[in-house]
Amino acid sequence: MDLSFNDDQKQLQDALAKFIERDYGFDRRRAHQLAAEGFSREAWTQFADMGLLALPFAEADGGLGGGAAEMLVVMTAIGNGLIVEPYLATVVLAGGAIARAGNAAQRQELLGAIAGGRLIAAVAFEEPGARYDLAQVATTATKNAGGYVISGNKAVVLHGAQADRLVVSARTAGAAGDAKGISLFVIERGAPGMAVRDYRTIDGLRAADIAFDGVRVPAANRLGNGEFEEGGAFAVIDAVADAGAAALCAEAVGVMESLNRQTLEYMKGRQQFGQPIGAFQVLQHRAVDMFIHAEQSKSMAYLAAIKAPVVDRADATSAKERRRAVSAAKVHIGNSGRVIAQEAIQLHGGMGMTNELAASHYAKRLTMIDFVLGDSAHHLARFEAA
Amino acid sequence: MDVDYSAEALAFRDEVCAFLRDNLPGDLRRKVIEHRHLKREDYMRWQDILAARGWLAGHWPKEFGGQGWNHVQAHIFDDETSVAGAPRVVPFGINMVAPVIMAFGTPRQKEVYLTGIRTNKHWWCQGYSEPGAGSDLASLKTRAELSGDGTHYVINGQKTWTTMAHWADMMFCLVRTASDGRKQEGISFLLIDMKTPGITVRPFLTLDEDHSLNDVFFDNVRVPVENRVGEEGKGWTYAKFLLGFERTVVAGLGGSKRELATLKRIAATEMRNGRPLAEDPRFAAKLALAEIELMALDMTVMRVLSSRSKSPGPEASILKIKGTVLQQTLTELMMEAAGPYALPFVPEAQDSLADGVGPAHAAQLAATYFNWRKVSIFGGSNEIQKNIIAKAVLGL
Repeated sequence: MDLSFNDDQKQLQDALAKFIERDYGFDRRRAHQLAAEGFSREAWTQFADMGLLALPFAEADGGLGGGAAEMLVVMTAIGNGLIVEPYLATVVLAGGAIARAGNAAQRQELLGAIAGGRLIAAVAFEEPGARYDLAQVATTATKNAGGYVISGNKAVVLHGAQADRLVVSARTAGAAGDAKGISLFVIERGAPGMAVRDYRTIDGLRAADIAFDGVRVPAANRLGNGEFEEGGAFAVIDAVADAGAAALCAEAVGVMESLNRQTLEYMKGRQQFGQPIGAFQVLQHRAVDMFIHAEQSKSMAYLAAIKAPVVDRADATSAKERRRAVSAAKVHIGNSGRVIAQEAIQLHGGMGMTNELAASHYAKRLTMIDFVLGDSAHHLARFEAA
Repeated sequence: MDVDYSAEALAFRDEVCAFLRDNLPGDLRRKVIEHRHLKREDYMRWQDILAARGWLAGHWPKEFGGQGWNHVQAHIFDDETSVAGAPRVVPFGINMVAPVIMAFGTPRQKEVYLTGIRTNKHWWCQGYSEPGAGSDLASLKTRAELSGDGTHYVINGQKTWTTMAHWADMMFCLVRTASDGRKQEGISFLLIDMKTPGITVRPFLTLDEDHSLNDVFFDNVRVPVENRVGEEGKGWTYAKFLLGFERTVVAGLGGSKRELATLKRIAATEMRNGRPLAEDPRFAAKLALAEIELMALDMTVMRVLSSRSKSPGPEASILKIKGTVLQQTLTELMMEAAGPYALPFVPEAQDSLADGVGPAHAAQLAATYFNWRKVSIFGGSNEIQKNIIAKAVLGL
């Protein structure tokens, strides 16, 4: 048992803290967010140079073989800095899916491009009305000569419009709701028959609703083609979504810690009735509750990161244990995140209502993380079933 | 980074579990699992068994007769004995006064009292709270004045909420030896033989009609000066040292694991709408949320155990707050699960293994619920813990 960071991991932590301080201030972040793509290619290149984009992948796939601790460090920093670049979509979700389900050629080509910062990727798993159930896949992939024809709709695809490639779940057999019969396909941006509705999310990111109408993909674009049977991708989707949820938990912890720090600073500086508002015990106890929520959330984020690695590992825990840990963490962090965000706004008073205050943006991100890859209610039910 | 015990720790856990299988008496286990009241002889029987194995003070350093267990081993022992349904080790001697004596006691105090604790000869109680000194402990008024010949302190005053004082051989006690200066100064730490003339122990009942608490009155009680620990007037420092010593025990993790298992058993037996209560969506959600809280507490304990800092930090306050709230949640859910059979109150069934009314598991649940309201009050109320975090961590 060891829940501490080693020297290399601490160095990474320091490097990221310096990067945020020097290159990712709140104004810079806002500029990235409002740029055409909703993020900064320059920052992305810096991430590549720092090795972040290669971090979780196996050395055999051109990665750095990072584990739970490294992912906790990176995702917590992403939360600390409220970073808007598509790390979750590209590295954790699409990268994780390719690493787990891709054949050797796909892993080499796509993971290499992701690691080098040359490829933005995203996953299109969720469908309208599916409400976080990733087996609710109505999108079909019909075999034809030399490939597949894909038709269906995908909902709230994180960074879907910015991605050069999408990893799309589609049904090669069975009916919506069946775990069996789902395959994963790599689809290039702008493929004929794709309609993309790009939009901002309220927490400063980008997402898209995407319709596929008879999009033709070659058989070679099915992840695992030639190595894995078609129709068996649900286990991968489930594991990738869990790794994504674990990453979101760590990001949420970073947001919580920053938001709590900002709230404390405000409580110490803001004077009313001739004293700092932080001198009032009724507010002190609320700040303590926020602190305890963040500490307990951190504990759960550690558990989730350990049990849900981005890429498959020889010593991986059982799927049941992974689901249990991730769902427990997502429930806890969803609930704690909502509390901390609400309290941070309340303790900032009127200032907390303004769009110019950084804390307001942290509160928005923290609240909305719960709506990505399954909210507290979804994961509570999944925890009970696990 | 990983959350699994080392092979060495796992081997130790196996050893503890095997010992529990072979040595934990079934009647004591049943009393604990069913929330019945334990008597002095129940605690003593179990502690004699542990002492014979050298495990009553297993986490003590070897130089004081312990096994020199590390933090992880001490945690495993505490966790597994609680999960198995062993009576808890009464903490006042083993966990509370002993570290103070080790750090600040005289050679004679170490010889006499540490030996008495380790071999289960002395039962200790804690003389801290007074009628006017609860959360504001430093305002205590029990006076200790030096006798004319300077050989004794003469104690006058009253302690209250004194747990198990009626069973105790010894009390460690905070008394006021000076009343000028800050109220934290002028407090001294004394070891008092409960058979000393002038001590009166008067019981009172808690709201579940249990007798574990007492008032203790001191009327010209003469305590030898050699029974003072450390320096006169420095007792507050020793008391604070004591409070921070056990960083993880305060979470009550093992006990909550046992109670969650009990809750699940009850919820599988009790019915609602013709199905087990455990399958009722509303109850299942409450149960799952409690289990998730337990997982978070478990992980926080693991983080504390693997942190390399030696000095106790604010984590003890977090564990106290989260641990006690979880314990109370579990007692509340168990009482809810019992349904109408939470109502019957049969004192004989509390104090022995006699049958109550209704299902066997239901008899003690409401009484336990009411009794467990204490855990967020004692040991520094949860509000005091929040004050500590606000000051020490948040800088407010």
